[in-house]
Amino acid sequence: MLRSRLSKVACAAQRAFSTSPKALAAKQMTVRDGLNSALDDELARDDRVFLLGEEVAQYDGAYKVSRGLWKKYGDKRIIDTPITEMGFAGIAVGAAMAGLRPICEFMTFNFSMQAIDHVINSAAKTFYMSAGAVNVPIVFRGPNGASAGVAAQHSQCFAAWYAHCPGLKVVSPYDTEDARGLLKAAIRDPDPVVVLENELMYGVAFPVDETVTDVDFLVPLGKAKIMRPGKDITIVAHSKAVETALLSAAELAKKGIEAEVINLRSIRPLDMQTIFTSVRKTHHLITVENGWPQHGVGAEICARFMEDPAFFELDAPVWRCCGVDVPMPYAKTLELHALPREPDVTAAALKVLGKK
Amino acid sequence: MLRTLSRVSELPIIVKQLQKVRNCNAAVAVTNKTIVTVTNTKQHQQQQQQQQQQHTKQTNRSSRSYSDNNNNRSNYNSNVNSSNNIGRQQHKNHLRFDSRRSYSSSFFGLFQNAAQAGVAKTNNYATEATVQVNRPFKLHRLEEGPETTVKLTKDEALKYYTQMQTIRRIETAAGNLYKEKIIRGFCHLYSGQEACAVGMKAAMRDVDNIISAYRVHGWTYLMGVPPLGVLGELTGVQSGCARGKGGSMHMYCPNFFGGNGIVGAQVPLGAGVALACKYKGNGGMCLALYGDGAANQGQVFEAYNMAYLWKLPVIFVCENNNYGMGTSAERASCNTDYYTRGDALPGIWVDGMDVLAVRSATEFAIKYVNEQGPLVMETNTYRYSGHSMSDPGTSYRTREEIQEVRQKRDPITSFKELCIELGLITTDEVKAIDLKVRKEVDEATAQAKNGTELPVSHLWTDVYSNNLEPKLRGTNGYDIDHIQERKGVNH
Repeated sequence: MLRSRLSKVACAAQRAFSTSPKALAAKQMTVRDGLNSALDDELARDDRVFLLGEEVAQYDGAYKVSRGLWKKYGDKRIIDTPITEMGFAGIAVGAAMAGLRPICEFMTFNFSMQAIDHVINSAAKTFYMSAGAVNVPIVFRGPNGASAGVAAQHSQCFAAWYAHCPGLKVVSPYDTEDARGLLKAAIRDPDPVVVLENELMYGVAFPVDETVTDVDFLVPLGKAKIMRPGKDITIVAHSKAVETALLSAAELAKKGIEAEVINLRSIRPLDMQTIFTSVRKTHHLITVENGWPQHGVGAEICARFMEDPAFFELDAPVWRCCGVDVPMPYAKTLELHALPREPDVTAAALKVLGKK
Repeated sequence: MLRTLSRVSELPIIVKQLQKVRNCNAAVAVTNKTIVTVTNTKQHQQQQQQQQQQHTKQTNRSSRSYSDNNNNRSNYNSNVNSSNNIGRQQHKNHLRFDSRRSYSSSFFGLFQNAAQAGVAKTNNYATEATVQVNRPFKLHRLEEGPETTVKLTKDEALKYYTQMQTIRRIETAAGNLYKEKIIRGFCHLYSGQEACAVGMKAAMRDVDNIISAYRVHGWTYLMGVPPLGVLGELTGVQSGCARGKGGSMHMYCPNFFGGNGIVGAQVPLGAGVALACKYKGNGGMCLALYGDGAANQGQVFEAYNMAYLWKLPVIFVCENNNYGMGTSAERASCNTDYYTRGDALPGIWVDGMDVLAVRSATEFAIKYVNEQGPLVMETNTYRYSGHSMSDPGTSYRTREEIQEVRQKRDPITSFKELCIELGLITTDEVKAIDLKVRKEVDEATAQAKNGTELPVSHLWTDVYSNNLEPKLRGTNGYDIDHIQERKGVNH
């Protein structure tokens, strides 16, 4: 039920600013297929690109994101690794230093902690340490954040952790267009990029037109997207939380409040210009994320407002909606309450607007 | 002990002279490869044996890691080789004897006599020699090992000596600069381990790569960065190879991937470089160096595993200097035979103080990894300094131990002595090299001391190869524009 509601909202969002025949003739593509087609395109385009990770080849991908690729490209380009994240992440970074373009898949980003030294110390810092001699064109990708019922060790959001580090670029796609375009752009980027997907979004279908399916379709890194224009309040979110924001915007619309929903798409660089421009229009801002609050993405946005003249555009403080500051529990009710849902976002928006 | 010597320039003369010398039942064969093989009579053999034993006593260390290696095998195989293929013959099977390099004075005396009795005017020195490596290799899961009989030309002798001496001088200069507080932070010196780097580099081809940890000043120089590039990087000035932005542990140049500060991280990185070589099909390989301290890191074993599964052309080299910082190998590792730690991967133990042994082993390894898959090489070596400049190096080992190695196993001194005795280089040439190297390094040191650092704008230069941040944050605000000077090699 949630999914069909979501599709409706997604379509509404699309139609809200595009009534061209293209949009109406759009086909449906799941996020998974968006990622799969992105990988396929880039593997075909550049011989140096290859994918490695656990179960990416013969298993067709733990979440089937790399389905069909091993059959098409073979052992050289699609490599199954043993369960040794630190080792294979290091191998991927070494291959990137030596001129290849690896895509290193972590089955979830929780396991990237085993390899985080390579992401930060071997990949992110090398270009700077070598005074611009050795760049590391690698992509680390995989599902990030909470799934359903996978409990504490498999539910952490790493957006804040990776976005903290200079030298890295971090993107967090929401829908199919994001996933496909950002992954393609990330693979073509000469710097290390962390692509934080979301497992719950893999199976969700979105309408895509032929610009999106074009083989050179790219979504620029570092640019946010306005999912739904509005004038009363800005709601900024990334990844799965964009869905929550859109649902809340629909609820607020019933109360006559037009919320502008911004899908960050990139966490680093953070597109503050889009948010500032929006707030100059709406004068109210809330942020929504599934990650923990302390030192999180929302905290960063708040801090940036403090340091910019756009601060004076605010008629009320910025408020954050975040995951509850606890490790993720397993029990269904507890898990449900651990992440911000539409009522939480709507309540925060109403509070900031001073309404009931 | 079977020894072969060749002297290209005077062979016909020597042959004649030798034939005149008594006490030698010489079966001399002159090949078109100009190798002279002389077999020894029993008497001669006995003489040699005595000298072997004396020599062995002197060099018989009680050092734990050498206990295996000082076997005195006294069953020699003397060969009478009169075929024309001596130079090409594989001597491996015959080397079940102590291949310690000892100079039989009577044998050497033959040449002395020959030379003196012979031509007065021609250059008395050889241009090529064939010698045995100092200690036999130890093998793990290998039927055949590297060559123990190696050739050394005069040019090579000069080159290796110069390289080792330059590294020694660079490290000494670095140590002094550190004591003067001109070098800050970390400074890990390679003094004592020169033969490892020079030997490996001697075997490397242009397509080959190397990655190591932080004790890399010597490697940076060998891979093409001049002494000023190394010392300048250490003092943090613009003439450094990373323009001062990297420091001691982050030096890079083509085919050399650093310079890595995180212990053990360089090992999977090296396997990745090897994967790139195999992927690109350029026939290259990668040497991934680490120490006895790093040898227990989990990621090292992860790298072994994947390299083996995917047949990556990587040579994992454990430079075992017996101490991981202040912890001796025995206190850190349950198994100190690091060349066996690859388990399914074959391994070779090499005397890391013998540049020719290291070269021979690396040549063997390069061939092996290009054909069969990865292997592990352990070069047993020693560092004179502490782990880094903040470590005096004497709290966990005795000064006597350090002195003993310096006096008896120093890689540079022993190589020099070898080359002089072989007649490949003269003491005058050695002196000239020493002076030249000293001058070069002293000049570089002066320039490194007096050089200028990068302007502050380089703080925000080249953070990204493709910067997308509209502004970078300085200490007080988003007021910095990223400067792009370079793009990096991987585009």
